[in-house]
Amino acid sequence: MSQVNRNTGIARLLVAPSVLLLLVWMAVPLGMTLYFSTINFNLMVPGMKAFVGLENYYYFFTDPSFIDGLTNTLVLVGMVLIITVGLGTLIAILVDHPFPGQGIVRVLLISPFFIMPTVNALVWKNLLMNPVSGLFAFIANTFGLQPIDWFTDIPMTSIIIIVSWQWLPFAILILMTALQSMDQEQLEAAKMDGAGPLAVFRHITLPHLARPLTVVIMIETIFLLSIFAEIFTTTSGGPGTQTTNLAYLIYSQALLQFDVGMASAGGVIAVLLANIVAFFLIRAVGKSLAEQ
Amino acid sequence: MNTQQVKPMSQPSLARKQPLLDMRQAKIVKNITVTVAAWLVALTIFFPIFWMVLTSLKTELNAFSTPPALIFKPTLENYVAVFERSDYLKYAWNSVVVSFGASIIGMVIAIPAAYSMAFYPTKRTQGVLLWMLSTKMLPPVGVLVPLYLLARDTSLLDTKTGLTIIYTLINLPIVIWMIYTYFREVPKDILEAVRMDGANLWQEIRHVLIPITLGGLSSTFLLSLILSWNEAFWSLNLTASKAAPLTALIASYSSPEGLFWAKLSAASTLAVAPILVFGWISQKQLVRGLTFGAVK
Repeated sequence: MSQVNRNTGIARLLVAPSVLLLLVWMAVPLGMTLYFSTINFNLMVPGMKAFVGLENYYYFFTDPSFIDGLTNTLVLVGMVLIITVGLGTLIAILVDHPFPGQGIVRVLLISPFFIMPTVNALVWKNLLMNPVSGLFAFIANTFGLQPIDWFTDIPMTSIIIIVSWQWLPFAILILMTALQSMDQEQLEAAKMDGAGPLAVFRHITLPHLARPLTVVIMIETIFLLSIFAEIFTTTSGGPGTQTTNLAYLIYSQALLQFDVGMASAGGVIAVLLANIVAFFLIRAVGKSLAEQ
Repeated sequence: MNTQQVKPMSQPSLARKQPLLDMRQAKIVKNITVTVAAWLVALTIFFPIFWMVLTSLKTELNAFSTPPALIFKPTLENYVAVFERSDYLKYAWNSVVVSFGASIIGMVIAIPAAYSMAFYPTKRTQGVLLWMLSTKMLPPVGVLVPLYLLARDTSLLDTKTGLTIIYTLINLPIVIWMIYTYFREVPKDILEAVRMDGANLWQEIRHVLIPITLGGLSSTFLLSLILSWNEAFWSLNLTASKAAPLTALIASYSSPEGLFWAKLSAASTLAVAPILVFGWISQKQLVRGLTFGAVK
């Protein structure tokens, strides 16, 4: 008995290293960001670290590129969500029932998710979207159309396409898995009762997908708020600020303009923004945890 | 043929047979449509990857040509050039060291934690789990400046050690979560029986729990590997020439030097191939990790 009890004490302690590590990992940098956001701190001007209160926030909010950054972030997140969740649902339903080559089709569908973001960005930018020798330009020329200069004429749309291509497989993968756990008997019964495909989708499939869809939307939002590498490798936020999102704006303020104070103020705002989404995601996950 | 069989039958019966036949035809048509549509969608989505691999087998001249060369003599010269010129192996080695290092260290830290929470839960366990998850939701830009300065001041900037530490920590919540969900599925009786036989904690984990959950642990390891391999925020911001992994090498092709499309494609193909295969192998189990157990 005492052996079991001693084990319990040790076993409970085993979680401590992880908790400690994550606590330090979260608290220290966040504390520093908060502190930096209230001082005047430029990496090019060493020694000058005067307390300035909320001045950095004031400058950040009144900087026109902040409004652009915020708008671009929301447009990027919103559009990619609509595309990936919409198409993802349709495609997941399309490949749900057995057909010849189903396994291969699924593998092909989820592949882009495993491609590193920088490869994704350059394959699209150079091989497909290049206005002179890209494949899309060739297709446009074949049909006698003027090729689109993607990253100059419609930079944000181009970024949205690239990011959607990466995240569509994520939605497909999750929803495909969720569909497999659907109650087949209920489905058959509904069909026997003469329910059409639309009615089945509306009253059986959609309710079943409610939670997976919520999870997909929230997890994507968390990651999409921080999209960086795709912008870094294709447009560097340009032309102008047309593709500068919050993540890229903070990066450029910190590591290109060396204004640590203002970048930190932006960082705090990014954290707050992510926390709003995180709050709801955590609640949903907590619910499914409690049900187990 | 069917109609011939139907003929001798009475009229009402024929009327009943007819819709059934239509339904079967409709079903065949539907199946063909679904198959064709699914294959078309899949090939469209996969196309950029196919095109990249195809371009990597062309000469630089062919890679640029309009109309695009569809029939050409495949060459491996780009792969040879990539290995010879761009220190590809150094960057690949950095990727291997950092992602394997972070994944192994992550497992070593996470297994005891997941064990503790799965088999000795307290009132606070659920709160702790959710809090761990919340650290994963911290946007990296929120802590970019402090981590950059900390790495600079501790000489960890542009080192494999620095990047390994960061990758371990950013993946730790997911790794703990995923292992936790696998451990929870192990019947408690098994572990209790082993304990009664006098096994200590280490023996219990090492000889019973790990062998039982080996499948789940492997997919957790693979997910950690995939996420580390493809990570491109910290690698771009905290590494330069010394410790840069493949994500950063590929990004450097966006400069004018990147006009070598065939070589870019070859380097990219090499960089994504191993991870793509890992992803294919473990696709079903990854869902659990990617959704924090909310979808299985």
